[in-house]
Amino acid sequence: MSAGTYTPKPGAAPVGRMIAAQAVLETKMLLRNGEQLLLTVVIPSLLLVLFSTVDIVDTGEGKAVDFLAPGVLALAVMSTAFTGQAIATGFERRYGVLKRLGASPLPRWALMTAKTLSVLVTEVLQIALLTAIALALGWSPHGNPLSVALLLVLGTAAFSGLGLLMAGTLKAEATLAAANLVFLLLLVGGGVVVPLDKFPDAAQSVLGLLPISALSDGLRDVLQDGASLPWGAVGVLAVWSVLGLGAAARFFRWE
Amino acid sequence: MHEEPVAGGVLQVRGLVKRYGPKTAVDGLDLTAHEGVTAVLGPNGAGKTTTIETCEGYRRPDAGQVRVLGLDPVTQAAALRPRIGVMLQSGGVYSGARADEMLRHMAKLHAHPLDVDDLIERLGLGSCGRTTYRRLSGGQQQRLALAMAVVGRPELVFLDEPTAGLDPQARRSTWDLVRELRSDGVSVVLTTHYMDEAEQLADDVAIIDEGKVVAQGSPEQLCKGGAENTLRFTGRPGLDVASLLKALPMDSAAAELTPGSYRVTGAVDPQLLATVTSWCAQHGVMPDKISVERHTLEDVFLELTGKELRG
Repeated sequence: MSAGTYTPKPGAAPVGRMIAAQAVLETKMLLRNGEQLLLTVVIPSLLLVLFSTVDIVDTGEGKAVDFLAPGVLALAVMSTAFTGQAIATGFERRYGVLKRLGASPLPRWALMTAKTLSVLVTEVLQIALLTAIALALGWSPHGNPLSVALLLVLGTAAFSGLGLLMAGTLKAEATLAAANLVFLLLLVGGGVVVPLDKFPDAAQSVLGLLPISALSDGLRDVLQDGASLPWGAVGVLAVWSVLGLGAAARFFRWE
Repeated sequence: MHEEPVAGGVLQVRGLVKRYGPKTAVDGLDLTAHEGVTAVLGPNGAGKTTTIETCEGYRRPDAGQVRVLGLDPVTQAAALRPRIGVMLQSGGVYSGARADEMLRHMAKLHAHPLDVDDLIERLGLGSCGRTTYRRLSGGQQQRLALAMAVVGRPELVFLDEPTAGLDPQARRSTWDLVRELRSDGVSVVLTTHYMDEAEQLADDVAIIDEGKVVAQGSPEQLCKGGAENTLRFTGRPGLDVASLLKALPMDSAAAELTPGSYRVTGAVDPQLLATVTSWCAQHGVMPDKISVERHTLEDVFLELTGKELRG
């Protein structure tokens, strides 16, 4: 090769291009990861099909799928924004990916924007798939799509904050274990497939304040009962968003 | 582009102090790097990585001042980052990413990156194929990290232990790349605990120990600086040492240690060797067992720090 291959010509790419490239890479990494797909795609789909077709849990009046579809959509949001993001980011931190990107022209805010975009893209794919399955099972959704979108976005914000808080403060292995455990506990106790009114009264009032319960019951209020906007759920999710994102911003360690 | 030359070199560190809890990792360190290749040499725990990572903007100095290409790496990070290339000691890549994928991604973060296919070819990363990072060999991971440091066409590249754990062939190809960077006008600051690496590559070597620079200069200067070099030969007993000394440069010394065994000390270079042998020829002396003990960087290091490098 001729001399001058490495002759300096430095410069950052336009920030929009950097964010797009970063979001594409993050999404690819997520979709390539088998364990992540199990959490984000396989488990929600299986739960939806299984609980809609086999009478395991008494889901109250009406078709089971009308109760289950909103819960499974909430679960999908949690699996991507919380569990998946916490585990992936925890290992990126552990393997020095965040550190290395920190010395690249990509600003930190742009990295976080790209991560959020990647989460949203994944959620759109999940929601499309789960909606198709639910419709095939005879789901008849109601309500205002904008209210649904608002709940999904607030849920994403709340779970992202909590996931990043975990990823940025715990060891990667601890994050892996804790994120999976929390996923399982919230799946059971967060009104996803088991109605909250199956729990004792005292437990119900606490469980109702969890972000997963607020999201699944909020989505149910709209999609099953046609409510315009469930303010209670919106409020709970907004508080979790502020607390989670605030704590993540304050305590996140990049190395 | 920043065409103007930066006053005081590409890197200026003044009185840098960095503590981790009660431990002082860097203790009032001064270091200047000019264009070319600068090696920061020191044993494990000497403060090499902390110093480099402060220059890269990862650590905030507890005291002192750091300027990289004239910029403060913490407060002017956004302006600095596109202009530097960084190779971390390990990691830095998504475990599920392929080598070419990661390199293409880094290229996309820069305005005028190198041709990725060409770089893959040059660094022998083509054989990595579709293998993900976590399954690459240690050598392949190192070469990928090196490629990521240069792909954005930086002015200054930081390499933290670039050849640690590499086999000899891989080390040579890394050295070749560093030489090419240098000849193409890219400045390089590298840390190493290999003496030969510093001697082979560096225009300038800074020896650091316990958080301070204990000596800095070209490898030649450093080797001249410490204890004197020695030339020994044997010949007839009772040679006229005073006459030999007259033929030698001013700062030399000559002595007959035991009958027939001679020692010359001073700046032992080819000229001095020639002077001694021609003096012997003039005096009809056959210098047997002529030997030269030149000071290596290793000796200098040992003298300055009292430590073996690997220990």
